[in-house]
Amino acid sequence: MSPALSLDNVSCTFLSRDDPSQRYTAVSDTTLIVGEGEFVSVVGPTGCGKTTLLNVAAGLLAPSTGHVKIFGDPLAGINSRAGYMFQSDALMPWRNTIENVIAGLEFRGITRTEALEQGNEWLQRVGLSGFGGRYPHQLSGGMRKRVALAQMLILNPQILLMDEPFSALDVQTRQLMENELLELWSVDRKSVVFITHDLEEAISLSDRVVVLSAGPASHPIGDYAIDLQRPRDVAEIRLTPRFIEIHTKIWRAMKEEVLKGYAQQQKH
Amino acid sequence: MPSSKNTEDRKGPVAKVGNGKLRLRIYQVLVLALFFVLWHVLTSPTLLPPIYFAEANQAAFFFGEPIQVLGRLWRWFASGEIYEHLWVTLVETLLAFFIGTVFGVAIGLWLALAPTASAIFDPYIKAVNAMPRVILAPIFFVWFGLDIASKVALGVTLVFFIVFFNVYQGVREVSPVVLANARMLGATPGQLLRYVYVPSAMSWVFASLHNSVGLAFVGAVVGEYLGSARGVGYLIHQAEGFFDMNTVVAGIVLLTAFALLLDWAVGLAEKRLMVWQPRTVETERT
Repeated sequence: MSPALSLDNVSCTFLSRDDPSQRYTAVSDTTLIVGEGEFVSVVGPTGCGKTTLLNVAAGLLAPSTGHVKIFGDPLAGINSRAGYMFQSDALMPWRNTIENVIAGLEFRGITRTEALEQGNEWLQRVGLSGFGGRYPHQLSGGMRKRVALAQMLILNPQILLMDEPFSALDVQTRQLMENELLELWSVDRKSVVFITHDLEEAISLSDRVVVLSAGPASHPIGDYAIDLQRPRDVAEIRLTPRFIEIHTKIWRAMKEEVLKGYAQQQKH
Repeated sequence: MPSSKNTEDRKGPVAKVGNGKLRLRIYQVLVLALFFVLWHVLTSPTLLPPIYFAEANQAAFFFGEPIQVLGRLWRWFASGEIYEHLWVTLVETLLAFFIGTVFGVAIGLWLALAPTASAIFDPYIKAVNAMPRVILAPIFFVWFGLDIASKVALGVTLVFFIVFFNVYQGVREVSPVVLANARMLGATPGQLLRYVYVPSAMSWVFASLHNSVGLAFVGAVVGEYLGSARGVGYLIHQAEGFFDMNTVVAGIVLLTAFALLLDWAVGLAEKRLMVWQPRTVETERT
């Protein structure tokens, strides 16, 4: 059976618009395979091209070289089988909560009654029933993330692409959201690519953690299976010996890259 | 998140703001009153000895007299004489406003979303915008005659560019993340236009509408001034021929009042359509 998502030797080189001789290779020769129902986290130092990789998987960005396949089919244009949760706020500010949640259904021409019915069901599932009439600016950061989650999941995508979705939240809200994500995910186990710079978050959520090297031209330098049992509580699992063991192992491999990434940033 | 525990903290400042608003209004009215009193005192032939002018009547000749101006306005409305002219000017203004806005929005959207067309037309749009467009009035008289159409055309050229540039900018400033999100949710290009570009440009459109209300009036009145047989601009032009400064000023006051009224209507529409925009002071909603 074909994997849900496969990136095969993908490289992305950006040209400077003002000066085409200025080029920047964000990702180089990256191969990433995500099986069906697998929760994979991609970690790496800041500026290592994690988002670029995700945009390639989403079809928002065409790779310079390499191939992208979704369930065995080559990807052309937007990846319609994937849902994308962005790092920054991506809700339409002129739509209230319920209208944002059902936007995707509306684009697909689902009747309004049915869309609203599903929308309200999803609002309830993410703990926001009664907030349907609020506009995004009237919601807290955590609530906006819940809306974004419902907006993505209502379309029942087979692959979830998540770009540091909780990085802007405070620690408590973040752990709450992580647990909710795991709970929602456990219902039908979609394939997930979860981008983060937080190793603890990556380990506590995932089946597998992929470590990227520091940019430019970053590529995977480690691939670790996480054999922690599910269901998990992200706050509690961090205290188990096995978690600490895995964390130590991956952190040793990452440390050097993080320092490299830091030095790289200092130069700029 | 507006939570109930904040209500009490907010009551204090809110009450203060309410009070300040009333005081502000009083001061605003006082400025107006002071202006009228000064105007009256300085132009009335009998109150003060002439300060600057050689003759007592000259100040009134140049600046009009407030009592006379108000009297003129009263007589216009009492006799019903003004309605025909006011009606013509308002029709010209509103037509120019709507046609200019529709074209501005349509062409603004088109050029903002078609980079090649935008690049081709860019220098010409800049040229036409830089041109003092009031000089087109004589041409419009030849094309459309001395009736309403030529004034509307003049107003349209003024309104169009304001709206056009704002829509263009508004579309360019659409958040790329919101756009990418809508695409990931499956929006077609048409749906992106309708559900993302247009609502996003709306706040820019309204900002431009406030500016273009005044310009629609400029188009109508300047057009009438240069050649017409009806309209408030025509009345002003007529009165000027007789050196009847009071009527000229009365016409100006009348036009200002209606421009303010139209601006207020735009503000009302903006408030209703832009409920989603965060206000600087967030109000509690329950």
